[in-house]
Amino acid sequence: MDMKRDYYEDIQLFQSGVVLAWTVALLLVLFTIPLYTPNYYVYLLNIIMVHVILAVGLNILVGSTGQISLGHAGFFAIGAYGTVLLMTLLQIPFVFAILIAAFIAAFFGFILGLPALRLEGPYLAIVSMGFGLTIMHIIGGVDAFGGRMGIKAPPLDLGIKQLGISWILKTDFQKYYLILIMTIIMVVGARNILKTRVGRSFVAIKDSDIAAEVIGVNLTIYKTLAFAVSAFYAGIAGGLFGFVLGFFDPFTFNMILSIIFLVMVVVGGLGTILGGILGATLITYLQYDLLKNIAEIPYFGALMVAVSKQWFTMVGLENISSMAIGLIMIGIIIFEPLGMFGVWIRMKKYWMTWPF
Amino acid sequence: MPVGQLLVEGLAIGACYGLFATAVVIIYKTSEVVNFAQGEMAMFSSFVAFHILSVYRYPFWLAFLITMVFSILLGILIEYLFLRPAKHPTILGMIVITLGAEMFLVGLAGWKWGAEQKYFSLPLDPSVTYEPVKGMIINNWAIAVFAVTTCIMLFLYLFFKYSKLGVAMRATQQNKHAAKIMGIRTERVFSFAWGFSSLIGAIAGMFFASRATLDPAFMMEPFLRAFAAAVLGGLMSIPGVIIGGGLMGLIENFFGYYFPHWKPIVAFIVIILVLCLRPSGLFAKHFVKKV
Repeated sequence: MDMKRDYYEDIQLFQSGVVLAWTVALLLVLFTIPLYTPNYYVYLLNIIMVHVILAVGLNILVGSTGQISLGHAGFFAIGAYGTVLLMTLLQIPFVFAILIAAFIAAFFGFILGLPALRLEGPYLAIVSMGFGLTIMHIIGGVDAFGGRMGIKAPPLDLGIKQLGISWILKTDFQKYYLILIMTIIMVVGARNILKTRVGRSFVAIKDSDIAAEVIGVNLTIYKTLAFAVSAFYAGIAGGLFGFVLGFFDPFTFNMILSIIFLVMVVVGGLGTILGGILGATLITYLQYDLLKNIAEIPYFGALMVAVSKQWFTMVGLENISSMAIGLIMIGIIIFEPLGMFGVWIRMKKYWMTWPF
Repeated sequence: MPVGQLLVEGLAIGACYGLFATAVVIIYKTSEVVNFAQGEMAMFSSFVAFHILSVYRYPFWLAFLITMVFSILLGILIEYLFLRPAKHPTILGMIVITLGAEMFLVGLAGWKWGAEQKYFSLPLDPSVTYEPVKGMIINNWAIAVFAVTTCIMLFLYLFFKYSKLGVAMRATQQNKHAAKIMGIRTERVFSFAWGFSSLIGAIAGMFFASRATLDPAFMMEPFLRAFAAAVLGGLMSIPGVIIGGGLMGLIENFFGYYFPHWKPIVAFIVIILVLCLRPSGLFAKHFVKKV
């Protein structure tokens, strides 16, 4: 079905006319959606798209290169804090600030990639987890970064103040288009990276790093590069996330957030662009909307409220979201290791060969 | 600088780390899974003890016994429900499953007991202190930690050396398939390892809880420090882990005395340094990776 007959077919952005048509339709929907949805959902969509950028970047590292990271909240925090601090302290325009912050995050990714040259599996998970927590503690401990109280994002000014051009995005509606365009650029970029020499080296490292080294992939360069690229994505996502929230403190970027990021990638499907997008959308929707307002789900919500009153506490009701995400993580590994992408492939196969 | 004081306190908290790291190592040794849910299993068991003590008002020894039984069942249940059904999981898959168990337990504890901090106390008064040597004040809590750790270590040594089950566990660790051929029910060994390590973790968790406060997230950072201790000791040998725990406690306590602000990040620096310089730990024998 997905047979590639030559190289040029493989590197095409759109595999067929059908894919092109659906992509255009999806883009049309995405560009018009804020016109007919309430403001709250625009905010939710902003968060979803920020997480899509991050998940696509994390998927380059976890899915395509096969390195585990439980510290992406750290890069996310570097992006968010870097952008805001560069804008407020040094008066750098937003466009440059977010890029510089993302490159700082990429530099830290490179640093974290160095121990990854010698470590694998659970050891790498622990080191990256420690890295994420260290970043959180350092940010919380330095007063210039706002300390434990957190900092407020400045107005999102797309223009350059020094030249007298000012174009301030105030509402979620306006930010939506900025984030949407960034998301499209980053997703297409990730897809193209994976089709180049660099991306193929990443995949070779995932399959077997020793075999990759034997055929001439420089492990030192490509493993650290995978961390740097992934951290760059997290930095960009973090920079945007800061402005979506408007106000944040170091504990926004805790260990649970890193776990949630990993879940997005695993639930969506490892090593595929579509997987990252699907996983980020589903998990963010569950976490920020459906499970947050669990009492408002018809029937099930009332049941949960009754159960809470009888045996549990009402204040802890929103912890059900954490339980549900935990069960999703376990369930996906047990029943569908390919994630939602695997479900999608199976559905596609079923309908393409229907009625057989 | 009160060297003696820092030494005793560092060793006491280090013994706690060592005890908790032992729980991590028992699972890692038998099934090569790093159990990220270990901290939360201990947290949940401590909450059960807290619940029995504060709601039913049972005497401490009874609450302790019930908690021990509960923690064993919890470990076996998690292994049976979550890990066993996964067929041929990858390393990432295993990590995600244990992280999922962690999220589940944090959520369940938060739902049942809420997120506010609770006070959990052991039936020993930490203000009772002794001063055997001048400048070394040792309190009840530290004595209890040392005594319990010593007992468990002795028990583990005898258990792995002489009991049939202990030998079966070591056999499973060395070669799962050969052990199976020899008639060892390896699944049962895994269940047992989980139950056993959950029990040790619960004891360590109660020590941690009585030292700080009890809330659904209180074991996350002790888990990382205990893991750092385990890595120091090589993740494979139980005596090494105890020494690693002691070292970890000392490093943290002395560092924390000079830079109290940066105490929380010592453990991570230690992990990163040890893993970069000597990935197999300070005490483990060299291991060879199969390609």
